[in-house]
Amino acid sequence: MTFNQATFIVNLYRKLGKGVVNVFLAVFVFITVFPFVWSAILATHDRTTMFSGGINFALGDKIVQNYGNLLKIMDFWTGMMNSFSISVIGTAVSLLFCSMAGYALATYQFKGKNAIFGIMVGSMMIPPVLTLIPYYMVISALGLANTHLAVWLPFTINPFGIFLIRQYVVASVPKDLLEASKLDGASELRTYWSVVLPLLRPGLATLAIVQFVFLWNNFLQPLVVLNSPDKMVITQMLRGVQGVPNTPWGAVMLGTTISILPLVALYLTASKQMIAGLTAGAVK
Amino acid sequence: MNSDIASPHDLTQLEETGTQKRERFLTKFTPYGFLSPYILIYGVFGIFPVFFMIYLSFHLWNPVEGLSSMEYVGFENYVLSLTDPQLWQTMWNTLVMAILSGVPQHLFALPLAYFLVMMGPKVRHWLTTAYFLPYITSTVAVSMIFYVMYSKDSGIINAVLAYLADAGWSSWLFGGLKDVLPLGWVQENSLIRYSVSFVVWWKYVGFNTVIYTAGLATISHDLYEAAKIDGANSWQRFRHVSLPLLKPFIFFGVTLTIIGNMNLFDEPFVLTVGGQFAQTAGKTISNYLYQIAWEWLDMGAAAAVSWILFVVIGIFTAVYFYFFGRQGLGGE
Repeated sequence: MTFNQATFIVNLYRKLGKGVVNVFLAVFVFITVFPFVWSAILATHDRTTMFSGGINFALGDKIVQNYGNLLKIMDFWTGMMNSFSISVIGTAVSLLFCSMAGYALATYQFKGKNAIFGIMVGSMMIPPVLTLIPYYMVISALGLANTHLAVWLPFTINPFGIFLIRQYVVASVPKDLLEASKLDGASELRTYWSVVLPLLRPGLATLAIVQFVFLWNNFLQPLVVLNSPDKMVITQMLRGVQGVPNTPWGAVMLGTTISILPLVALYLTASKQMIAGLTAGAVK
Repeated sequence: MNSDIASPHDLTQLEETGTQKRERFLTKFTPYGFLSPYILIYGVFGIFPVFFMIYLSFHLWNPVEGLSSMEYVGFENYVLSLTDPQLWQTMWNTLVMAILSGVPQHLFALPLAYFLVMMGPKVRHWLTTAYFLPYITSTVAVSMIFYVMYSKDSGIINAVLAYLADAGWSSWLFGGLKDVLPLGWVQENSLIRYSVSFVVWWKYVGFNTVIYTAGLATISHDLYEAAKIDGANSWQRFRHVSLPLLKPFIFFGVTLTIIGNMNLFDEPFVLTVGGQFAQTAGKTISNYLYQIAWEWLDMGAAAAVSWILFVVIGIFTAVYFYFFGRQGLGGE
């Protein structure tokens, strides 16, 4: 075998290898994206066109009819609004609470600091299912059953968020700045609000992503405490129609598709930040 | 007692006036003020419940009848739960599905990440965006989509399999399926674990891929160059350079998978229509806990099951950390 033949074979192998890699990566894109595309396609079909046999990837023309059915089987926009207001309020309050706690842990020395640290780390390791029953009992005892407060308040003190903010304070808020602010006569609260918070913007953005995605997608806690249709969140409503006889699946897929659109739209405009935010705990 | 921040005030502490006293008091309590939402909410929703759960697990209580209906039963809840075959069955289901979905997650995520970092930044960005997409969508929404795709009579999966079994070019491989189609992916106890595991796998592969991509980015390019010069091919570079250095990331990713999978609730709940289908094999321990507490309204037993679950997860985690923790955390 000449030298030329040898390099040819090596190159061929390399190209083949690259081809295999590319196919693997592409197939995986297909696997990940297909269910979303499929649900969007089904959203335009009704029972007859859906079940007509064979595999049909064409868009149907039943989307208006499906929309009508969707509103008949569930109070769709109430669910969307409930999910939205819970996610927005919960996220906003958690930014406040987590940044307060994270700031305190980063800047002050005080009695009980280590204990609080320990409790936070410990609480991160407790699986959520274990706390479901006591969560429900406390909610009922406080008279918060079937209120939106019950679904967001307990999650506003996310220990992950507190640690994240603490890291940001340590890394990006110089101690001199805090001292200067106090020498200028600013109160502790004012220092936190006007000096520290603006510096924490990237950290707060990361936390906001994590909290919003969690609250929007959450199912378990709403399932347990929200029981009247006017309070239910969208995940609950979607799952609720499984019990409807002769479920109009086209309508359900339309609802499902619309319900994931807000996050997907946000994701497509800021995927880098969202991926970084949602894996922040992992990659650090 | 005095914080670093307070030091400018301390200089004048020799003769203390009223306002200074007030200031010192404020300085001392400021951190607690900032932490008060955390302390209050965690106290109410985190600490108190733990003690209440211990108390509750020794009682018989139906929440519908109010707090006064609570009745002391000693260890009965624990004895009943521990001898309940359903508890062990659901725990086994959880474990099987955790392995069926968890192991492939990492087996796919590692090569995906390895190939991804070989791509140009633009391609890599778009591929990562696609792979990560399932992670941001709600488990309920995607489980609903899969529920429709798994549908026995009209689902796309059975339709594709039927086509493959019929078509000339593929019937040699899929023809055997003809006798069993349509398959009840979510109805059959023999299939439900695979159906649920596939959804879980599908949802989290991208997340793990991103973790591993970040891990690979920490590995210096010089190491690969050195290995190349020593004649290592691309598999050997993966096996002997990447894999050992990725250990902390693998440890972290697997830890998250274990915790997540032991808590599996949404996917099996939706796919089995709240436990109507394939109950025997498809019900996880979390689903069972929900059933005890909210369908059978036996909170005491549910509390006992929670504690049993807590111990089991604790043992698993301890064993895992014992065998892999030292390697994973990179310490000696």
